[in-house]
Amino acid sequence: MKWEIVVGLEIHAQLSTTSKIFSGAPTAFGAAPNTQASAVDIALPGVLPVLNKGAVERAVRFGLAVDATINRRSVFARKNYFYPDLPKGYQISQYELPIVSGGALNIVVGDAEKTVRITRAHLEEDAGKSLHEDFRGMSGIDLNRAGTPLLEIVSEPDMRSAAEAVAYAKSLHSLVRWIGICDGNMQEGSFRCDANVSVRPQGSGKLGTRCEIKNLNSFRFLEQAIEYEARRQIEVLEDGGTVVQETRLYDPDKDETRPMRTKEDAMDYRYFPDPDLPPLEVSEQWITEVKIAMPELPKTMGRRFIEDYGVTTDEARLLTSEKNLASYFEAAARKLVALNPAGWKTNSDEGRRYYGSIIAKGVMGLLAAQLNKTGMDVENSPVHALQFALIHARMIEEIITSKNAREVFYELWESPNHKDDAVDVIIGRRGLRQISDAGALEKIVDQVLAANPKSVEEFRAGKEKAFNALVGQVMKATQGKANPTQVNELLRRKLS
Amino acid sequence: MLNFTIRQLGAELAARRVSSVEIARYFLQRATRLGKAFNAFITLDEEKTLTQARAADALIATGKAGPLTGIPVAHKDIFCAEGWRTTCGSKMLENFIAPYDAHVIGRCKAAGAVVLGKTNMDEFAMGSSNETSFYGPVRNPWNTEMVPGGSSGGSAAAVAARLAPAATGTDTGGSIRQPAALSGVCGLKPTYGVCSRYGMIAFASSLDQAGPFAKTAEDLALLLDAMAGFDARDSTSLERVPEDYARDLEKPIKGLRIGLPRELFAEGMAPDVAKAVDTALAEFRKLGCEPVEVSLPNMRLAVPVYYVLAPAEASSNLARYDGVRYGYRAPEYVDLLDMYKKTRAQGFGAEVKRRILIGTYVLSHGYYDAYYLKAQQLRRLIANDFVAAFRQCDVILGPTSPTTAFKIGEKAADPVQMYLSDIYTIPANLAGLPAMSIPCGFDRQMLPVGLQIIGDYFSEARMLNTAHQYQQATDWHMKMPEDVTS
Repeated sequence: MKWEIVVGLEIHAQLSTTSKIFSGAPTAFGAAPNTQASAVDIALPGVLPVLNKGAVERAVRFGLAVDATINRRSVFARKNYFYPDLPKGYQISQYELPIVSGGALNIVVGDAEKTVRITRAHLEEDAGKSLHEDFRGMSGIDLNRAGTPLLEIVSEPDMRSAAEAVAYAKSLHSLVRWIGICDGNMQEGSFRCDANVSVRPQGSGKLGTRCEIKNLNSFRFLEQAIEYEARRQIEVLEDGGTVVQETRLYDPDKDETRPMRTKEDAMDYRYFPDPDLPPLEVSEQWITEVKIAMPELPKTMGRRFIEDYGVTTDEARLLTSEKNLASYFEAAARKLVALNPAGWKTNSDEGRRYYGSIIAKGVMGLLAAQLNKTGMDVENSPVHALQFALIHARMIEEIITSKNAREVFYELWESPNHKDDAVDVIIGRRGLRQISDAGALEKIVDQVLAANPKSVEEFRAGKEKAFNALVGQVMKATQGKANPTQVNELLRRKLS
Repeated sequence: MLNFTIRQLGAELAARRVSSVEIARYFLQRATRLGKAFNAFITLDEEKTLTQARAADALIATGKAGPLTGIPVAHKDIFCAEGWRTTCGSKMLENFIAPYDAHVIGRCKAAGAVVLGKTNMDEFAMGSSNETSFYGPVRNPWNTEMVPGGSSGGSAAAVAARLAPAATGTDTGGSIRQPAALSGVCGLKPTYGVCSRYGMIAFASSLDQAGPFAKTAEDLALLLDAMAGFDARDSTSLERVPEDYARDLEKPIKGLRIGLPRELFAEGMAPDVAKAVDTALAEFRKLGCEPVEVSLPNMRLAVPVYYVLAPAEASSNLARYDGVRYGYRAPEYVDLLDMYKKTRAQGFGAEVKRRILIGTYVLSHGYYDAYYLKAQQLRRLIANDFVAAFRQCDVILGPTSPTTAFKIGEKAADPVQMYLSDIYTIPANLAGLPAMSIPCGFDRQMLPVGLQIIGDYFSEARMLNTAHQYQQATDWHMKMPEDVTS
């Protein structure tokens, strides 16, 4: 039987407010235990929660970014359970009426584009941490994290593979950082995934019994856990068994999931509206203000890049996968348009698209490869966007060849220098200026032809490859500085 | 000084006939000597009190005194007061020293009032007789075999026995008004949201409201002026222009429409209570008030609705007392679950456990709709009844409690009988309305009877005016138990 995997994700994004969701204590990561826990966070008698407006504003931003409904009225509820790192004995979370309902996110897997529907996103507070090691039989409680604002983003079971789930998680990860509501740091737990996984016979319209997998703190673990879990469920079913609805924990060391608790021993959380917090009312005017202050969203920006800068759909998607990359691209493209090395008519659409497309290829090629190789983030690129544009301008002006453009780029990368003339200084100092003197080039071409009779013969016998070898020899003789167009023309002429 | 009002003590202080330290010493000495007989206080701290009194005297010397400067006020032990042990009447918090002031305490301190001590109360404010306190029952100053009412029984008894000129309390289902009535003093529960709940240990958050106890309506106004006020730390605190609650005291109440709900004068009321209330109503007619019959048809549902909602909220509010971070922890346990169970089994008394169980039950999966949700709907109906009634009248009058003080132990074994003691007070909490109780006579055993005044939202000044005018014409409020005059 062919099986279909069905996945829905619940993602907890820690909101980037400086203070907690219901108290004024700071949210910074890594402080000494319990130094960032106020009276409210440790739930002393008589303390009360006060909602952080910044957290609400970020939730609204998210809702707008995924075209969701921002509920004008939402309600905070208490989720009651006992645990030592849950100081009040309940977590304040939105239950029946969340702030964000609906919405969707587009993902691309391979060549296929797909829409994943978002069920809801709600505000809640994080719990503290229990530390079971290092206390000789006792447990340590750190309440620094207690009360940290979270946005729990719940998707519909719209994903059909681990790859799709990862694509969705990555897309969401990029979006929350893009709109500045979450730093996305997965090691620090700022972006945590739980996956609901089920399988069903291909073509079946009915959902199978699902298991929820917790503790997925990297995209790789997310992928491995879903794959393992789907395999496990398929094996159970193929052996004639039934899948038990339960919560499972992924163990990355063993690459397996194991049961945490079944539906039967699932707790009764006794949700009820928190009487300490009136319903959250969000005015139309405030939503409008948030909308106005929103950064341009990736999809809008991608469309604009295609239209304005002549990039391809794929390039647009990749360029807008990260805000800093998009900013880098646009800054470089703008600069190149301003430099206008090819002399297009000012403000011409064609010129802009010509330059944009060159920069897009440069960013996705030269820059991306280097970032990848060094593991660096684009915002830390030693070669600034304006310099990146300048290198390309010099290439278009035929002052340097594309090979030497790369040389300039690498040198700037190794020895960053942000002076205005850094690019030209390197070109000058290293003598990379391209040779376009027809007389000088002709002399070199003649020498190369004379020194390589074999290649000349082969070319004349119809081997086009031999031509490239000759070009290569000319380039070698000029240390890559020969104007490639001229070299081509000269060789063709001499060999015809 | 024994029977002096806040106003009178203030005048003595202003005229320098007495110092704040002298007043504080006088009441501290009474509280220590008689406090034991009535068990009205859980904590007294002479040094802290006198330090504050000295500061008040210094302020008075500069001529910057306000109406409360230098006046000792006893606070219910539900309010956190910085550096003071704050027990909430429970073993659970026997050793809890509050690291901050409740908003109400802070406001009183800012007005110059001196913290006289922390008064006894039913454990976590759950009770109508002050018998559920871990620190022992409070005794009614009019008859020490009787309860003072609850849950603010210590505050009511302290004022009744003249151990304090005034006190604070909290009222969730009648916990200010019922003990005020049973102990023969004045007590007021403001509109929900007028006093911040910050630092006031929560019982049922949507119902809890702080308020003053005093001998006169005028004193209630002075103390409420200090206690009330917006507080950003309480999201249910109401942001309003500050008012002077004493501003209308002297207004004549001729023409005031007094609403008399049929349901408040129904069966269950003791004949002596009915008689005293009728006499009071006759007095109001003499003052020119016009009685109007009104109806609160859903009032009969108030007690069951309350005993769903209040325990539901309490079961969650009291979850924080788990032995992990502060408060009582069982000395021996084998694991985490055992630690929780033993801590809470040993740390809470029977009534608190009963309400946690009820609350947990009504919020449980499968019962929520039938109990909690239904109760919320009925709560709305009860509130709407008042809205309709206040279209026909200015204030509502009636008994505060169906009986006068009962014997210690009499109802302790019968929670339902105990709960019915709040049948007339609970509706105002469910509706969030202001309500007060003032003395209006005695029964045959010389036990005080309380008259309840319920007002429309934010009509505290009018209610105080009504009460003050009555107190100008009568002197029930100045009566004292004989035993305490020594």
